[in-house]
Amino acid sequence: MIRLSRTHEWWRRVLNVLALTLTGVCALLVMAPVFIILIYLVTNGIRSVNLEFLTSLPKPPGEPGGGLANAIVGSFYMVGLALVLSLPIGVGAGVYLAEFGQSRYAHLIRFVADVLNGMPSIVIGVSVWALLVVPMRTFSALAGGVALAFIMIPMITRTTEEMVRAVPNALREASLGLGATYARTMWSVVLPAARGGIVTGVMLALARVFGEAAPLLFTALGNRFWNLYLDRPMASLPTQIYEYAKSPYEDWHRQAWAAALLLIVVVLILNIVARVSTRERFRALR
Amino acid sequence: MNETTTGDPTAPKVRTHNRAATFWSDRLFRAAAVACASVVVLLVLFFAYELWRSSELSIRTFGWRFWISRDWDPVRERFGALPFIWGTLVTSVAALIIAVPLSLGTAIFIAEVAPRWLRQPVSFVVELLAAIPSVVYGLWGVFVMVPWLREHVQVPLSQRFGHIPLFAGPAFGVSMMAAILVLSVMIIPYITAVSREVILAVPQAQREASYGLGATKWETIRRVVLRYARVGILGAIILGYGRAVGETMAVTMVIGNRPEITTSLLQPGYTLASVIANEFTEATSPLYLSSLTELGLLLFIITLVINALARLLVWQVSRGEVQR
Amino acid sequence: MATVMFRRQEEVTAPPQPKISTRNLNVYYGSFHAIKDVNLDILPNHITALIGPSGCGKSTFLRCLNRMNDLIEGARVEGSVTLDGEEVNSPRTDVVALRRRVGMVFQRPNPFPMSIYDNVAYGPRIHGIRRRSVLNEIVERSLRQAALWDEVKDKLRQSALALSGGQQQRLCIARVLAVEPEVLLMDEPASALDPTATFRIEELMQELKSRYTIVIVTHNMQQAARVSQFTGFFYKGELYEFGETAKIFTNPDRRETEDYIRGRFG
Repeated sequence: MIRLSRTHEWWRRVLNVLALTLTGVCALLVMAPVFIILIYLVTNGIRSVNLEFLTSLPKPPGEPGGGLANAIVGSFYMVGLALVLSLPIGVGAGVYLAEFGQSRYAHLIRFVADVLNGMPSIVIGVSVWALLVVPMRTFSALAGGVALAFIMIPMITRTTEEMVRAVPNALREASLGLGATYARTMWSVVLPAARGGIVTGVMLALARVFGEAAPLLFTALGNRFWNLYLDRPMASLPTQIYEYAKSPYEDWHRQAWAAALLLIVVVLILNIVARVSTRERFRALR
Repeated sequence: MNETTTGDPTAPKVRTHNRAATFWSDRLFRAAAVACASVVVLLVLFFAYELWRSSELSIRTFGWRFWISRDWDPVRERFGALPFIWGTLVTSVAALIIAVPLSLGTAIFIAEVAPRWLRQPVSFVVELLAAIPSVVYGLWGVFVMVPWLREHVQVPLSQRFGHIPLFAGPAFGVSMMAAILVLSVMIIPYITAVSREVILAVPQAQREASYGLGATKWETIRRVVLRYARVGILGAIILGYGRAVGETMAVTMVIGNRPEITTSLLQPGYTLASVIANEFTEATSPLYLSSLTELGLLLFIITLVINALARLLVWQVSRGEVQR
Repeated sequence: MATVMFRRQEEVTAPPQPKISTRNLNVYYGSFHAIKDVNLDILPNHITALIGPSGCGKSTFLRCLNRMNDLIEGARVEGSVTLDGEEVNSPRTDVVALRRRVGMVFQRPNPFPMSIYDNVAYGPRIHGIRRRSVLNEIVERSLRQAALWDEVKDKLRQSALALSGGQQQRLCIARVLAVEPEVLLMDEPASALDPTATFRIEELMQELKSRYTIVIVTHNMQQAARVSQFTGFFYKGELYEFGETAKIFTNPDRRETEDYIRGRFG
């Protein structure tokens, strides 16, 4: 006969309450930095986000005033370039994994894509530097865009795979049954059905690379002036934040906060829109 | 064989396409898809090749001594990786020690403890942690956290415990300690998200069996759920470790960037990623550049191994789940 | 349905007090009314079988008896369940203690992914038993009671997952017996097993009934007829009929019961 120890039975129940409460405390501690950082960004950045900041070029070091118009444009420019380069490849690879994904080769690709997703972006920056900057003998917007594209490709591949897989087989069969070719079926039935999900994945990928500084440091480098040429150095918000934070100038620190606020707003909008739309889609699928 | 190695065991898609495979458009389509997929594999090979090619000069000059040398002297062109390996190791391991309990606690809270309506919002906020760019963490770290840390933590620590090597030396603010704290915050969302998935994948029958024996919720979580999920959780932790090793901007901004091997958490340090970020554009001589890329190569190899390991573990779990 | 009275069987000397009683028990899953006004008395040291077509609520009812429905999101239980006269459905009930007294065996064997020994020792360990010798004794006794000892005594350290389905189910029974419950709830314990393993489980139940109160849910009517002394027929969430097994299977009062037993539906 098991004799239950009174104190042990009491302790079990106390421990239960303590431990479960502790998990809640963990969650609170983990969530706190999000709010703390957002509050600092808003309070330190909001005053400096003004017309001058948004529309003018940086002033020479030490001179107050000026803005980051070129970096804002540069960020969108290079992220746009990365999107154009990575979207077809990522979607193509994702379709391959979803539709022909049972072979050994497909497993290798899936594995490599996952490993690439965890690759430090600085390593990608160095590789692209060796590939483009060294032979071209100049830092360039192209190199920056390519580095960002390399980060996006494995991300887009994996989300596309999932979304294409989620398209019901009945849709494919219906189209094939009508005599459509396989390519036709993919192009006009399956991909449109998966489009919403792919867009979500792409937005999350964009949100990530929009904040990346490490791969741009020695590919696009940075630029104090306007540039829209592919083969010249280009400024971007993340690298500019890094430069300004390192500088000794009070006014540049102020602008770094403003740039960070701008950055986080773009990143948050992309994230929230992506997640809200995913949730609705999953509801529709069920 | 094919089926058992499947990471995602969704039923094979329509076979009927074989019928239509004679169309040239289908062949073209398939060829294009294969080509795109091959780019992914080529990327890894390309990274390896470019890094190796650019590091050749350094590898030839220093050989294996590069890995164990403590020198980092751009003026006399003597380079060694040890201070950076040390800094990377210390910061990433210490960050893991802080992040793992918090992440597991949070994952358990989301998956097992929180009322249903609270799960989504908490998950979302934790995921936002991963969405904040590294450079923003760095900015906040260097202007808010570092001064606070110096005044309220490091100064008292060095006054009271200065004789312990762990807290020796003056309080700089920018330090290994600052890097560790920022890193731990940055890897928490990754460990939490994957752990949560793995915990949610534990069959309900396991929990019921435990409750049916008169176990409390905590006993069920600790002895059954966590035990069942332990391989996947290990995968999540390794995945988070990979992030910590490769994290660049935020660390560069708060670690102080000094290539010395120190046991004190209050002293500045350096990591593989941060030395590349900080010195690459300043490096003028070919040997200097080559040494920096060799550090990049090392970082590439380390993260490759870590991520491969983590993926294999996490895949193994999701596969086991499917067969059940 | 209304309270169903049953006559006491001549040869069974049942004590007057029921072990478990339910009064006006209702269960809702969201807006779905899964159990409707069930009143039932379960006698100690007997086997009570609950039969009925799938989805009739018999499993849901079983899970009310040890508050297992607490784990299901959106389930709401109303009415009274008493164990030895004490209310089970009260917020003040110590659910942990309740579940130790009312053990449960599930439809699919669900051993923990640990050794055979650790599976059986799980319950005693959480209840604070650390002494090796005591644990050894409990493990051996429980495995013997579950008629598994001879098959596994040489491989107690091996994973429980390596056992056959039938052995796993008997291990799960041993695991419950190790915490010395008073009531055993069995939710279709043999439905995932082959005939030989099913026979072993039924044999086992006969051996256990002298010491435990057993409630078994089954969709297998032969099984109910073979093992139980009392049978309740559930249909569409209601307890249509309850009585001695012999009567239910030979001369039921209600047409639905007869139709079900004759295999006309379900």
